[in-house]
Amino acid sequence: MTPNILHVACLGVSLTLAAGVALAEGATGAGASFPAPVYAKWADAYNKATGVRINYQSVGSGAGIKQIRSKTVDFGASDMPLTDEDLARDGMIQFPTVIGGVVPVVHVAGIAAGQLKLSGAVLGDIYLGKITKWNDAAVAVLNPDVKLPHAAIAVVRRADGSGTSFLFTNYLSKVNADWKSKVGEGTAVNWPLGVGGKGNEGVSSYVQRLPNAIGYVEYAYAKQNKMAYVQLANAAGRYVSPDDTSFKAAAAGADWNKSFYQVLTNQPGNDSWPITGATFILMHKAQDKRAEAATTLKFFDWAYTHGDQMAQELDYVPLPASVKVLIRKEWANSLKDTTGKAIALQ
Amino acid sequence: MAATLPVTPYDGDEQPDAMERATPRGEPPTRRRRAPWADTLFSALSHGAALLTLGLLVAIIASLVVGAAPAIREFGLGFLWSKDWDPVQEKFGGLVMIYGTLMTSFIALLIAVPVSFGIAMFLTELSPKWLKRPLGVTIELLAAVPSIVYGMWGLLVFGPLLASWVQAPLQAAFGGVPLLGALFSGPPVGIGLLSAGIILAIMIIPFIAATMRDVFEVTPAMLKESAYGLGSTTWEVVWRVVLPYTKTGVVGGIMLGLGRALGETMAVTFVIGNFNQLDSLSLFQAANSIPSALANEFAEAGEGLHQASLIYLGLVLFFITFVVLSFSRLLLMRLKRGEGRHS
Repeated sequence: MTPNILHVACLGVSLTLAAGVALAEGATGAGASFPAPVYAKWADAYNKATGVRINYQSVGSGAGIKQIRSKTVDFGASDMPLTDEDLARDGMIQFPTVIGGVVPVVHVAGIAAGQLKLSGAVLGDIYLGKITKWNDAAVAVLNPDVKLPHAAIAVVRRADGSGTSFLFTNYLSKVNADWKSKVGEGTAVNWPLGVGGKGNEGVSSYVQRLPNAIGYVEYAYAKQNKMAYVQLANAAGRYVSPDDTSFKAAAAGADWNKSFYQVLTNQPGNDSWPITGATFILMHKAQDKRAEAATTLKFFDWAYTHGDQMAQELDYVPLPASVKVLIRKEWANSLKDTTGKAIALQ
Repeated sequence: MAATLPVTPYDGDEQPDAMERATPRGEPPTRRRRAPWADTLFSALSHGAALLTLGLLVAIIASLVVGAAPAIREFGLGFLWSKDWDPVQEKFGGLVMIYGTLMTSFIALLIAVPVSFGIAMFLTELSPKWLKRPLGVTIELLAAVPSIVYGMWGLLVFGPLLASWVQAPLQAAFGGVPLLGALFSGPPVGIGLLSAGIILAIMIIPFIAATMRDVFEVTPAMLKESAYGLGSTTWEVVWRVVLPYTKTGVVGGIMLGLGRALGETMAVTFVIGNFNQLDSLSLFQAANSIPSALANEFAEAGEGLHQASLIYLGLVLFFITFVVLSFSRLLLMRLKRGEGRHS
């Protein structure tokens, strides 16, 4: 009995040691849950290709920012970009990895996916409770050929703080002045009405269950669950459907040259989906752990080169090539070790 | 047998008679002399465990107070009765969550206590023998179901049933009546205070019922038999004999359940609706509770007032639990004092 226990204990210790060694060769990150599936997939493929282990903990953007500030991880991840001032104060840089979109979804009898058209102002009024019936004149005028029921709109939104809510409220603040003054934007806001679901799955289960409901979920989630999405009017006044091309169009419209602080909502361009956003990685400019920083950069460099296909399989949209060039330039320029030497990729 | 014992005063061929047996001879067994440090070690360990728990409690309270300090400075005690919760404007108040926590736990107790009492009474007094064990085990198994399963079941199965079979008829019946109508108003979603309360009740019933059954079983058979012998009915025996005899255990079990209900997070967050406004007294209105708000918002809350306010909420929950516990102790003391006066 006793020798057995000792044996197991020794094995455990040696395993822990082995894991410690393996970790030393890798890098650790934490943050946003929205890109976690693609980061996990990239890390897995990268580990198979190179043997280097990347650890990513999906703990939420807020927690990710906290952890990178206190340097407990090698990189942080956030769905909400930090402003340039915030970055400068903490001595950090940020860069986008993949693009996703937020899609309003409805559950109204007789309305199929892509049939209903809404503008940002009307969407805002629905979430403010100013429009309460589906056959309200404001909705009807946008949808002359759709038969709208005389029924109360059941509003569904996220209960937990989330990057999805940030993009959604950021968009509504841009297109609906009342929303901006009464509610504003953020990962969590003071919702004037509606039922709060936890996570995308919470929102979608409410929407699918409640008759005459409207909600919003991540694009990947809407697509995989075949939910009845809504066409939105974009900044150019055209109605667009959420898909790869409309997300890419929104990302291409942004001016990444100036700053990576880009919230891609309500972007110009005929084909731009109006509620688009990138998710970001945060790193310290001055790196006291050179090896880990280099590993992190190599990993993302590899992901930009080989990971687009994997991202698309998971319904994320890869970055345009021009943005990747800018990101690599930023790495070379900004990331230094303690001696001031650049942490180069090669 | 005797030979295996290390020191036996009566071994060998000497056969002591009955008189001699009564007076001990020779040294007493010296077994505990072998490890004189063992007692000290054990005493130190058990003292340490008790002190560690106490220390941890103090440390947790201290870190909660430190974490909540910015919110306490900003909002003071007004936090407790302000119903604003606006992360954008950084205005926070905990009334909605405090109300939701207390109300759901109250509903849960309202349902769980009588049901648990019934279960315990059935299991100890009424059930045929062959049913006792399987039924008892089944009820205890309920306690092993993870709370998230209750949450999903509540959201996907129970909520719709509640909406279409309870809420809709109630609204149809009392729609025009002033007070009752308000109590049952709200969108027919099956999500809100009542659903959360009922789910919580199902979750705490095994705890309360198991405790009640155990304490009912320790009631001396003599007391019960005497009561039966005097012509009492089963109800009279349980109500007049078993319950007074076991009241400490019963209150303890209820408090155990209440503690769980107050702190339950996952199941509640699924069915309560997570709505931070308090504009109606309806039982069907989506609301929020302290643990649910913490679980939902903590991961994404920015540093500063939002986070501090969430920690403040945690502190309030700590305080509520403390008050509930003290209240139950007080109740027990009063019960004890009243003992023997009217029996």
